[in-house]
Amino acid sequence: MSGVHVRAFHFISRFVCLGAALGVSASAAYAAQSSTDVIARGEYLARAGDCIACHTVPGDKLFGGRRPMVTPFGTLYTPNISSDKEYGIGKWTAEQFYTTMHNGRSRDGSLIYPAMPFGSYTKVTRADSDAIFAYLKSVPPVKQRNKPNELRFPYNNRSLLLGWRTLYFHEGEFVPDKSQSTEWNRGAYLVQGLGHCAMCHTAINALGGSSESQAFEGGLIPMQAWYAPSLTSNKEAGLGDWSTEDIEALLRSGVSHRGAVYGPMAEVVFDSLQYLSADDIRAMAVYLKTLPQRTADTSPAPVAAGAGANNSGSQTDHQYQLGSKVYDAQCAVCHGAMGRGKPPDFPPLANNQSIQMSSAVNPIRMVLIGGYAPGTALNPAPYGMPPFAQILGDEEIAAVVTFIRTAWGNHGAPVTIKDVNDLRSVPAE
Amino acid sequence: MRRHLKWLILASLIFSAGRAFSQDASSERAPDTMQARVMACAACHGQQGQGTDNDYFPRLAGKPAGYLYNQLLAFKQGRRVYPPMNYLLAYLPDPYLQRIADYFAQERPPFPSLPAPSVGADVLARGQMLVTSGDPGHAIPACASCHGAALTGMEPAIPGLLGLHSQYISSQLGAWRYGTRTAAAPDCMQQVAARLTEDDVTAVAAWLSSQPAPSSASPIQRGAIRMPLACGSEPK
Repeated sequence: MSGVHVRAFHFISRFVCLGAALGVSASAAYAAQSSTDVIARGEYLARAGDCIACHTVPGDKLFGGRRPMVTPFGTLYTPNISSDKEYGIGKWTAEQFYTTMHNGRSRDGSLIYPAMPFGSYTKVTRADSDAIFAYLKSVPPVKQRNKPNELRFPYNNRSLLLGWRTLYFHEGEFVPDKSQSTEWNRGAYLVQGLGHCAMCHTAINALGGSSESQAFEGGLIPMQAWYAPSLTSNKEAGLGDWSTEDIEALLRSGVSHRGAVYGPMAEVVFDSLQYLSADDIRAMAVYLKTLPQRTADTSPAPVAAGAGANNSGSQTDHQYQLGSKVYDAQCAVCHGAMGRGKPPDFPPLANNQSIQMSSAVNPIRMVLIGGYAPGTALNPAPYGMPPFAQILGDEEIAAVVTFIRTAWGNHGAPVTIKDVNDLRSVPAE
Repeated sequence: MRRHLKWLILASLIFSAGRAFSQDASSERAPDTMQARVMACAACHGQQGQGTDNDYFPRLAGKPAGYLYNQLLAFKQGRRVYPPMNYLLAYLPDPYLQRIADYFAQERPPFPSLPAPSVGADVLARGQMLVTSGDPGHAIPACASCHGAALTGMEPAIPGLLGLHSQYISSQLGAWRYGTRTAAAPDCMQQVAARLTEDDVTAVAAWLSSQPAPSSASPIQRGAIRMPLACGSEPK
């Protein structure tokens, strides 16, 4: 299985530009705002872009950088983007900041590694970029030198980025689709731009790029061993049959009657989405719901293929029986004897797309390491799933994950003991 | 703790119901209690925080809420390193961590009967001396001089030391020495742990784990004793 293997360096995704330019009249209105308003707006937009997740070490000074980004090509350390004149961006101009956001070039003209999602941020308007810059200039300076990257040869040669950019980077601000509503366009702008959702939810290739034809079709996240489900397949987290209200609840509070966020998406909700306005979250939901829905499952099937081929009928029966026993003893108290859960706090497992995905990485890891939904303004005291790694062996976990993937009419494939064992050694994160 | 591609954070692990959701959905709600909310803790620490048979998962019940809160915060911020805990707490708000701390601080489950330590009488005697009298020759204060004569801790932030497995105690003293467990400066336990030899650690852990349950499990009142050294976690 490929669950713990890194496939590639997922730098950016590309999108199709949609039409005519946005923002001249918006800029004029924006210019009339007071600087306080601009800073407040910039803070809000910085939340939407989740700048803090990468540019702040948790518990350390805001925007001081130095957070390590472990990649298949080596470790990058995020830069200081506080207002410090020596180590931060205190001497930058708004123009230079916009060039970084829009074109992936630093103040000195050097090419930026696409760990910075400028492939998405290029869609951000100049007015919004200026507001974010004004906000960053208003935060206290952090006197902390940047830490040099530790990239292996040849990836430490920035000129290689020219080739990568030719293949995968399409510069250009978001262009609204005039056939769609204002709300839809606002949602598309946030999802495709500052939200940089495609960084995880679009599959990547060996060069660390992603194909626009596969936008939002899901993919394994490099170095994290979590699978970002497709937003377009109804067999995964495809949103076509979700109500807009459920999508809004999930994004803003972290839980909904259809399910909850865990793993890396919990961080996104915690650091970013919970701070967005109800209107903006609704706009994102409206846009997400209109992503083209494919009923065919286009995701890779690393677990299912091996398991299906190797398990004889009697082995499968044995696994199902053992899984049923483990389920009744450990899981049913919250998820219910029939897998219906107690939503929104104890998610349902019956008819649960996430559990039945071809990749079984997420359900296996959830059983191993558990997890809390993020604490948010709308759900300040979330419930949590216990870790079972210390209680259940690989055979029991393989059995119970197989059980929940196939019981109650679920249509997932069995998982093997090796699938579980491979993931057991991956540190919780 | 390993850090990864934090810019690749948009994996939506959405546990969603299927098409027949409206027919299948349970109308039952999760109990609106702290006990239900901390079920994720119970798998390792016991439903009431009494601890389990595992040597490395500590008893939480009855420790001062300030101590438990400090530990939850330290795990969340990575100042205390243990990936499964760091991961579980990463996205929980501080006020909620306080509620979790308050919950376990108020619990008073029975103390466990721990396995008898497999060390000699001389080692136990050394442990008893260090815990109750310290070793002035090596500037080692007695454990009891801060954790209380009954070793049940002191409000608001000094933990009780009883009902813990010897392996847990020795691994924590080791963690202070190696820097994987840190507390607010001045980190008094780091100072103390640095003065202990390996044999001292073994002796202290063995004697503490061999002690019977205290008559009262509650920590002593704040400021009840005058501490021999300054601790950032425990206000004077």
